[in-house]
Amino acid sequence: MSAVLAVERLSKAFGGVQAVQGVSFALGEGELLAMIGPNGAGKTTCFNMVNGQLAPDSGSVRIGGVDTVGRPPREIWRMGVGRTFQITATFASMTVRENVQMALISHRRRLASLWTRAASLYRDEADRLLERVGIREQAERACSVLAYGDLKRVELAVALANEPRLLLMDEPTAGMAPKERITLMELVGEIVRERRIAVLYTEHDMDVVFGHADRVIVLDRGRLIASGTGDEVRDNPEVRQVYLGSRGRA
Amino acid sequence: MSSIVVQFLNGLAGASTLFLIAVGLSLIFGVTRIVNFAHGSLYMLGIYIAYSAVGAFGAAGALGFWGAILAAALAVGLFGALVEVLILRRIYQAPELFQLLATFALVLMVKDFVLWAWGPEDLLGPRAPGLDGAVAILGQRFPEYDLFMIAVGPVVLGLLWLLLNRTRWGTLVRAATQDREMVGALGVNQKWLFTGVFALGAFLAGLGGALQVPREPAQLFLDLTAIADAFVIVVVGGMGSIPGAFLAALIIGEVKAFCIGLGNVTLLGVEVSFSKLTLVIEFIVMAIVLVVRPWGLLGRPQAAQRAAPTHIEPPLRAALRGLAAGAAVLALALAALPLTGAAYTVVLMTDILIFALFAASLHFIMGPAGMVSFGHAAYFGLGAYGAGLVLLRAGAPMEVALAAGPLAAALGAAVFGWFCVRLAGVYFAMLTLAFAQIGWSVVFQWDSFTGGSNGLVGVWPAAWLSSKSAFYLFVLVLCGAGLAALRRILFSPFGYALRAGRDSPLRCDAIGIDIKRLQWAAFTLVGAFAGTAGALYAFSKGSLSPDLMAIPRSVDALVMVLLGGVQTLAGPAVGAAAFTWLQDTIARNTEYWQSLLGATILIIVLAFPQGIVGSLARLGTRAEAE
Ligand SMILES: Nc1ncnc2c1ncn2[C@@H]1O[C@H](COP(=O)(O)OP(=O)(O)OP(=O)(O)O)[C@@H](O)[C@H]1O
Ligand SMILES: [Mg+2]
Repeated sequence: MSAVLAVERLSKAFGGVQAVQGVSFALGEGELLAMIGPNGAGKTTCFNMVNGQLAPDSGSVRIGGVDTVGRPPREIWRMGVGRTFQITATFASMTVRENVQMALISHRRRLASLWTRAASLYRDEADRLLERVGIREQAERACSVLAYGDLKRVELAVALANEPRLLLMDEPTAGMAPKERITLMELVGEIVRERRIAVLYTEHDMDVVFGHADRVIVLDRGRLIASGTGDEVRDNPEVRQVYLGSRGRA
Repeated sequence: MSSIVVQFLNGLAGASTLFLIAVGLSLIFGVTRIVNFAHGSLYMLGIYIAYSAVGAFGAAGALGFWGAILAAALAVGLFGALVEVLILRRIYQAPELFQLLATFALVLMVKDFVLWAWGPEDLLGPRAPGLDGAVAILGQRFPEYDLFMIAVGPVVLGLLWLLLNRTRWGTLVRAATQDREMVGALGVNQKWLFTGVFALGAFLAGLGGALQVPREPAQLFLDLTAIADAFVIVVVGGMGSIPGAFLAALIIGEVKAFCIGLGNVTLLGVEVSFSKLTLVIEFIVMAIVLVVRPWGLLGRPQAAQRAAPTHIEPPLRAALRGLAAGAAVLALALAALPLTGAAYTVVLMTDILIFALFAASLHFIMGPAGMVSFGHAAYFGLGAYGAGLVLLRAGAPMEVALAAGPLAAALGAAVFGWFCVRLAGVYFAMLTLAFAQIGWSVVFQWDSFTGGSNGLVGVWPAAWLSSKSAFYLFVLVLCGAGLAALRRILFSPFGYALRAGRDSPLRCDAIGIDIKRLQWAAFTLVGAFAGTAGALYAFSKGSLSPDLMAIPRSVDALVMVLLGGVQTLAGPAVGAAAFTWLQDTIARNTEYWQSLLGATILIIVLAFPQGIVGSLARLGTRAEAE
């Protein structure tokens, strides 16, 4: 099986801070991979290098076997990579439905159209996506008035709009109540199985991590310190040290 | 050789003055994040006050002269403090656009004040006692006072360095420049820190002006020339960087001095007047720096600012059926206007329609697309000149000339826009202003082709449109169609994508939208609409003048949009109507229309940030809720 995403010896420094250092991992079709690590471990930086927002200092990123380093996010998106952000990025002056329609319009390359009404394009398709993530009834509301957890769902619907084969989710359940987190991750699991999408996600809630991921990788200060199944990682002494803080981190 | 040395020294003397103006602008921006459009006005006030003070204190004695200079600078500093306390304090949280406009309102008011207090004549001050001679440098005479000016720049730079690095107040200023929240958290009284910085910046600008008294006459247009120079320097050097301002002042000072020194040169058989091209060349320097290093030579990239939640506009709603019917009735009523025989109203309405299209084209990029242009008149002017020149110089019929206007404007917008869309926020605003200023100076100085400052006459429409009523109907059809088209485009995928780009460039990039390209396309597109308005305007007046594309006209358009409300689609048309009518009514009765306009801007910014239509809509929803 060829990997949907293969990352090799990826590194990135900001000034003096080595945010990511020689990180390698791979991800196959239909697989849910959780990336965990304390704050500042370099998770978001990894995501940004995978989707093209940041250029790595060294290392390679291959998506479906194609090296994507140096391509802008919009091109990588067209290769079938959806993304949700740690701090949600939605179009605040548009309704929930319009946010999804925007992604569909871009997917179908209708952006340069000057005369059709955007609000009537791909409406049913957008509604089906909203239905899928459970916020169909909020379709007409402005994104600016949504609860944070619901915004995360909008982002998910937007990320699914181009039928991605790889989904990157940076803390998809942040800002949700514990029960809602479980429901959302179950939903993601279902969608992944249904569409055979590969998912890379980060998470701080350990229940969400161990209950839903097929595999887990652990980052600390930019380095990959462990990888394996949930149980293997949980029992890894180095991981326990990082999370229990017995190393006396500031 | 010796002339090159003298040219170089001239450049250094000029650089000191430029530095004094720009460094204050930069300091103020660093701490308050406000780009003070009125900084050139402070400089102008410095000259005028110093002129009067020297007269009052007596120019013969050194004490009287230098005392007067210092007093003038202090007075301007005090004025700056007042402005900060009374106006700026209320708008630190407002969108950048409002801040720029509030300070521009001051430009208008100060100009009228100077006109009222000192009159329109140029006023030349006396020479500085003790420095009124000249020294010989390599056989050329060089004024002593200019040698003194050369020293002023480095001395002020040194004093500022001491102030910022060796005093507690300076430490606070530096801390605030780096992180405003942190200073607030430290419990420092931010308010007075801001007032102090503004007063210092104003003092420096005033000093720059006052020191010019022996060198150049006090004139009424100095405010805009000074602010244009200061923008160039601050942008080239890097916003908020004092050494950057110094470096950029040196570069620009030298570039200007050498352009003037070169005079007329024949290049490839064409006579080029470099002394006239100074403005163009300094703006070209700025454009190059901005493209290569968008944050300036010694500046640092600005962290992106998120729009505060209060500034987020509600989703677009399709027009109610009633609205479409209302528009049809309005169009019919407007079409019937000539039947009433009110000739004056017909002319006024022609202006209103033209400006409605102009304002709507600006609104399109500044509202939905989030790109606030301070140089939109450039495309209005290019449209007018494009049409006029094709008519007069190529002898084309009116119909062809009218099509050439928007074409010329779109072409200009495509070229300028290519640079501009690389930047955002205040940098975008400054670059659009810079390009508009280039356009203006080319038109203003190219006597043989554009008619220079006198403009051109004889731009009349074809025979079938020669009556005012026929032309009015023609304008009604074209502008009505233009407004409808702009509105339609806002509801199209293209319009939505532009709003998406304003709301979240990050998300756009993550869903395949090449937002810079769309913004460039939008900039070009609205250039064509503004150009149509400009071409119609030229034919309605029968003449062209550089005023068509000067900075104040760009600001007029901004005010129209704001008056109507940025976040509404009908806003620009209503704003244009209100503005044009007010200007027509008031300007006929007073010499001081500018300061009234300034006061209007301040009232909008401070009290009705939503504009007329926006405020009405809010009243409407409130009534509904009750
Ligand atoms: N644009 C940037 N400029 C400078 N430093 C950065 C930048 N982005 C991230 N960093 C630094 O790189 C390191 C890794 O940051 P990153 O955001 O990748 O961590 P993270 O694992 O996502 O943390 P969190 O769990 O808090 O989201 C941190 O030390 C951070 O301060
Ligand atoms: Mg993160």
